[in-house]
Amino acid sequence: MNNLPVSPNLIVVGGIAGLAAVAAVGVVLFNNAIRSAMCLVLNFVLLAVLYFSLNAEMLGITQIAVYTGAIMVLFLFVIMLLNLGAPQLLVEKKDPKRFAAIGFGVVLFGLVGSQLLPAFNGVSTPQALDDFGGPHAIGRTLFSAYAYPFEAVSILLLVGLVGSILLAKRRI
Amino acid sequence: MNGVPLAVYLGLGLFMFTAGVVGVMIRRNPIVIFMCIELMLNAVNLTFLTFARYQAVKMPIPGDQQASMMAGQMMVIFVMAVAAAEVAVGLGIIMAIFRLRDNIDIDELNLLRG
Amino acid sequence: MGDWLINHPFWHALLRVVLLVLPVLLFVVPIIWFERRLLGWFQDRLGPNRTGNIQFSRTSRFVPFFLKGKKFHLQGLAQPMADGIKLFLKEDITPSAVDRAIYFIAPAIALFPPFALGATIPWGPFPLITPVADVNIGVLYILAISSLGVYGIVLAGYAGNNKFSLLGGLRSSAQLISYELAMGVSLGCIVMATGSLKPSDMLAYQGGAFWGFKESAIGDILANWNILTPFGAVAALIFFICMIAETNRAPFDLPEAENELVAGYHTEYSSMKFAVFFMGEYASMFVYSAILVTVFFGGWHLLPFRFDYLAAHYPAAGDIWHVLDMLNGNSFLAPIWFILKCAMVITGYIWIRATLPRLRYDQLMSLGWKSLLPLAVSNLIVIAFWIFATDTFGPLVGWATSFLAVLILIGLYRSLNKNAESTQLASRTIELVDPSPRRTVELVEPAQVPSA
Repeated sequence: MNNLPVSPNLIVVGGIAGLAAVAAVGVVLFNNAIRSAMCLVLNFVLLAVLYFSLNAEMLGITQIAVYTGAIMVLFLFVIMLLNLGAPQLLVEKKDPKRFAAIGFGVVLFGLVGSQLLPAFNGVSTPQALDDFGGPHAIGRTLFSAYAYPFEAVSILLLVGLVGSILLAKRRI
Repeated sequence: MNGVPLAVYLGLGLFMFTAGVVGVMIRRNPIVIFMCIELMLNAVNLTFLTFARYQAVKMPIPGDQQASMMAGQMMVIFVMAVAAAEVAVGLGIIMAIFRLRDNIDIDELNLLRG
Repeated sequence: MGDWLINHPFWHALLRVVLLVLPVLLFVVPIIWFERRLLGWFQDRLGPNRTGNIQFSRTSRFVPFFLKGKKFHLQGLAQPMADGIKLFLKEDITPSAVDRAIYFIAPAIALFPPFALGATIPWGPFPLITPVADVNIGVLYILAISSLGVYGIVLAGYAGNNKFSLLGGLRSSAQLISYELAMGVSLGCIVMATGSLKPSDMLAYQGGAFWGFKESAIGDILANWNILTPFGAVAALIFFICMIAETNRAPFDLPEAENELVAGYHTEYSSMKFAVFFMGEYASMFVYSAILVTVFFGGWHLLPFRFDYLAAHYPAAGDIWHVLDMLNGNSFLAPIWFILKCAMVITGYIWIRATLPRLRYDQLMSLGWKSLLPLAVSNLIVIAFWIFATDTFGPLVGWATSFLAVLILIGLYRSLNKNAESTQLASRTIELVDPSPRRTVELVEPAQVPSA
């Protein structure tokens, strides 16, 4: 890792990764739930760009459509409903154990990083096929070798659907 | 991408995961805690995709070679689906709690305490 | 080094981006003018339709001689120009209670999706300069970017710190999520028929033989525009309704319903920031019509005829077919036909705005979830069966299968609806709060009024 040739690709990817890391910190540290959510949206969009850089364009675009387009909109929706109903709830009290938690985070990062990252030192050439992330490859695999997990996920989504309707309805 | 070491992606994934863990520990708003969980899931997704692309670890998976190469991406798809279902139900629960108790602070929801 | 700098793909990409963004920017003012004029006609209004009639003085010393007594008719063009000047020169008020950072970011976020949406749409037979990126996830890209459109509105509604704008933002997020589903499924039908997610592949497919008539005279002449096929027509209708909802245009303009919510999400915005929202709306109108034209109406071709095929297979009259092919869009005329088609779709937008009243909120939701989504899903099922039957048993069985499927679906819908309708009627009976008879005013006959 010490004598790594600095290529334009590395600069671009490193910059995006740095921005994503800053956005992740923002999610945790912003006291305002809306700002946290916006940081998370930024993080997800940057992650999608990183997925594109890994040639996984199908999953990158799914990331934008599912996470930023649906899940985060749902989050914003709920935050705004709460903001409309009881804005005082969104002001958080500071947690007394936050310094301990941050210390724990630093230790976790250091520990796992020091054990994990050196093991992949020097790996900088992708081995997979360049079109391994295209819609054709994913569709073929998903509907042949992974058909059963796919069906299981569809059942899971159905259960989630029924569950959320049950929770949302006041009277059935 | 060529010339980018695997460690960049892995480091970002690890960092995001750590940030998510810390967030779950220090935040009290359950919506933000949910967002931190999403952050962790995404960190894992990034790690899966990175390994799928670089194929750095040769794992002897029985069966179809093509299918085993796509395993990382398939995992990411399933994680996304699980996250979507989880958010739909979880936010529904938060709204239900809010309707019942007019309060969502996670430290004050202690009905189950013995 | 210099050669590398000039020929780097980055510059080509930049050129393509400029060629995409500039027209979208430039067309905003003509679209506003067009809308004003058409609405003036539709609603019998004199003003916006013909403002800007200038007549120079015959005698004044300040008028040069060649302008003396001349009349100019600007045909209402003065109205959008005045609008623009007003919006630019107005005082830019930032209310003191807004969430500042988000208040300033929101218009920029609102402007992003319309300009990014068209990146996979080809507007002519020039593979070098269009589309910006011919990626193999084209349609998914469109869906993903259009799903980002909700952020600008929601954030604007939140940042205003105003109940009305917040309600507007909430409404719009619910509306956009609901209509995106039907939109995605309706595009999915075309993706299934084409077998590709690329808009350029869809165009090539629409230039092929007409659906179900391969290797026959009809198939030789008629091109397979998706709007001409039964499933494509249904999908196009769904897509059109959904895209009106996605651009927040009447009759789906609930986020900014002025008789309920003041001005909805942009209540607190004035001057340039409001103009940015305005611009975003018109730009997205244009871009969505471009998508509709590309996916369903054969892109830049003028007429659904396969002149290129005829030229190749009937060489006796080859030159005529070649000329017709050029006229039909296989030349520099392509962008003109493309923009004309977009103008047709925008006319549809404006016509609907002038005709239909705004929907009630529950009507909007039930239209999206109970009508459009089931229709789109059943359309998807029909096209799946159709493709399967055509591939295995030939085109005739395919037509028969789809006909049967449509019949079954209609029967299913009617049997389901019969139960739903009876319960709905029961819940909709109105109970008067105070059933006592109304006060009546007794009229006094004029004859009995004592005269003064």
